[in-house]
Amino acid sequence: MRGMSLIVKRITKYTVGLIMLFGIYIVLHGHLSPGGGFAGGVIIALSFIHLILAFGRKDAEKMIPGKFLALGESFGGLLFLGLALIGLASGVFFLNFFHSKGTPFNLLSAGIIPLCNIAIGLKVGAGLFAVFMVLALFRIDEKEEK
Amino acid sequence: MFELYVVMVFMIIGAVVAVRLRGLLSSVIAVGAVGLGLCVMFLLLRAPDLAITQLVVEILCLVILIRATIGRGISRLQPKANRWILAAFVIFAAGFLYAAYLAIRQVPDFGGALMSTSQFYIANTLSKVKAANIVSAIILDFRGYDTLGEATVLFTSVIAVLAVMRRKGRKKIDERDEPNS
Repeated sequence: MRGMSLIVKRITKYTVGLIMLFGIYIVLHGHLSPGGGFAGGVIIALSFIHLILAFGRKDAEKMIPGKFLALGESFGGLLFLGLALIGLASGVFFLNFFHSKGTPFNLLSAGIIPLCNIAIGLKVGAGLFAVFMVLALFRIDEKEEK
Repeated sequence: MFELYVVMVFMIIGAVVAVRLRGLLSSVIAVGAVGLGLCVMFLLLRAPDLAITQLVVEILCLVILIRATIGRGISRLQPKANRWILAAFVIFAAGFLYAAYLAIRQVPDFGGALMSTSQFYIANTLSKVKAANIVSAIILDFRGYDTLGEATVLFTSVIAVLAVMRRKGRKKIDERDEPNS
């Protein structure tokens, strides 16, 4: 699998950044507009899948090492759990501390909700992309063995 | 309400087509049409959060299904007709329809009669959480514990896929078991 034609590769180079930017926008504005960590994380994973489908596995693997996926998945999950545990210091699990700072409808508002969105986005993006990567790899290995 | 019924009939037709078609690729595309119909329905019901999530997850599932299933040479299905299966289907469908009829009579009117919990969320989100998106405030602040459980489910499923598909314990091609043995 060496990837698709030159036209597809060229257009992918231009569009993949925009798709990923849109995913990051959805994650960061999760507390203001529709979307949130889950949807934005899946969009980020789709941008990487776009890359793999266009360029083939070998070239895409150089751009995205597998260790980043494990790191993102674990770090996102631990960050989300850690945010929940920090609230426990004040007595309540998932306490929304410093929610009194910041005005509503601004980017910096709503306390820990943007941080939770970032954690979930990291975790979902890395996890779902890892699932896709493993399923694609499995198919190719089997073909090479035969 | 009329557009909802149009989309609903479209989704039912898509689901029936997905079951009846023999080619696996056509079935997957019909399933995708059902999912996109659901996305349009969420938009018509003014739930853009759910619409975005549904659209994105649907595309991801379609890509994974096409790449991981169709690409591995399973392209046609051989359905087996069996009258016991048909009888079981009729019995379960009748029971389900009866239970659904009993349940739907108890449900409040469409779009009306909010519970007191959701009234509390609507009244207090802006003053307590200061988040403009009320859905985000509910799932990450009021109901954060549920979201943690959901994240745990996703983490476990990713770990399970990685464990099943790992390279280390896989058999070589010559010592693999015969299929259907």
